[in-house]
Amino acid sequence: MLEYLMSAEFYQIMLFWVYSTILIGAALAVVTMRNSIYSALFLILCFFSAAALWLLLEAEFLALTLVLVYVGAVMVLFLFVIMMLDVKIKPKSGMSMYTKVGLFVALLMGIEMIMLLGKKLAHVLPQDDLVKHVKGHSNVKEVAETLYTQYVLPFELASVILLVAIVAAILLTLRKRKDYKHVDPETQVHVKAKDRMRVIKMDAEKGNYIGGDQ
Amino acid sequence: MSLIHYLVLGGVLFVISIAGIFINRRNVLILLMSIELMLLAVNINFIAFSSYLNDIQGQIFVFFILTVAAAEAAIGLAILVVIFRQRKSLEVDNLNELKG
Repeated sequence: MLEYLMSAEFYQIMLFWVYSTILIGAALAVVTMRNSIYSALFLILCFFSAAALWLLLEAEFLALTLVLVYVGAVMVLFLFVIMMLDVKIKPKSGMSMYTKVGLFVALLMGIEMIMLLGKKLAHVLPQDDLVKHVKGHSNVKEVAETLYTQYVLPFELASVILLVAIVAAILLTLRKRKDYKHVDPETQVHVKAKDRMRVIKMDAEKGNYIGGDQ
Repeated sequence: MSLIHYLVLGGVLFVISIAGIFINRRNVLILLMSIELMLLAVNINFIAFSSYLNDIQGQIFVFFILTVAAAEAAIGLAILVVIFRQRKSLEVDNLNELKG
């Protein structure tokens, strides 16, 4: 018994339960918190515990990518937007109809998944442990070998998607300054002579010079 | 750990985020966060199956999902900033101009 408690298998099982409990608790906190800042911080905790679970699944590259890309970039973006926008938190006004409908839908989906996973697929899915790789196996190398050979075109397309995202985000949030002096080339090209000069017909006036020399 | 543990975990996470989308109808920001959580649940399923089948392609797919989700978050937040500048609020119920 003590030997089992000291073994690596038991340690892994314990880690799984600890991290999945933290993950589900943090996910519940994300959706129930009134303050958006707390939601964002709990979402960061969610991503960290999910990364730990992915490490248990021996997907090291993606676990590190999750922490770097999500916690390091996307969640910082979220926090910046929350802090810049000054959103007013309204007092809670009881359970709205949407909340009831939402809980009902969630409950229904939960029951469906329990029925599917617990009853229907219980005999199909294996109960044994997942595949464990030998010591020295490189997940990063394996991912790279597939990504840069078989999936090289989708990889390039993904970079184009990111470029489009950059351009779209900048263009959407761009604001012109009040003392903006740049000339729009389109209006400059389409300008006509009559826009610039106006010929006025009027009678010549007889000038009487004041203070002249004559 | 067997496959079914991770599948149940992904399912629970997905259900929580579905409930979150309905509960947080006052704030588009938390709606976006719920979508991120949903994608995380899907990714957990992908990686669990990738580990179970000993096939790296599931992880490649997660890589692309992460890319697209990052792009989606960037554009979504940009749209949100523009909405807030015009309306001074982020409530979903206010965004019904297109309703006939």
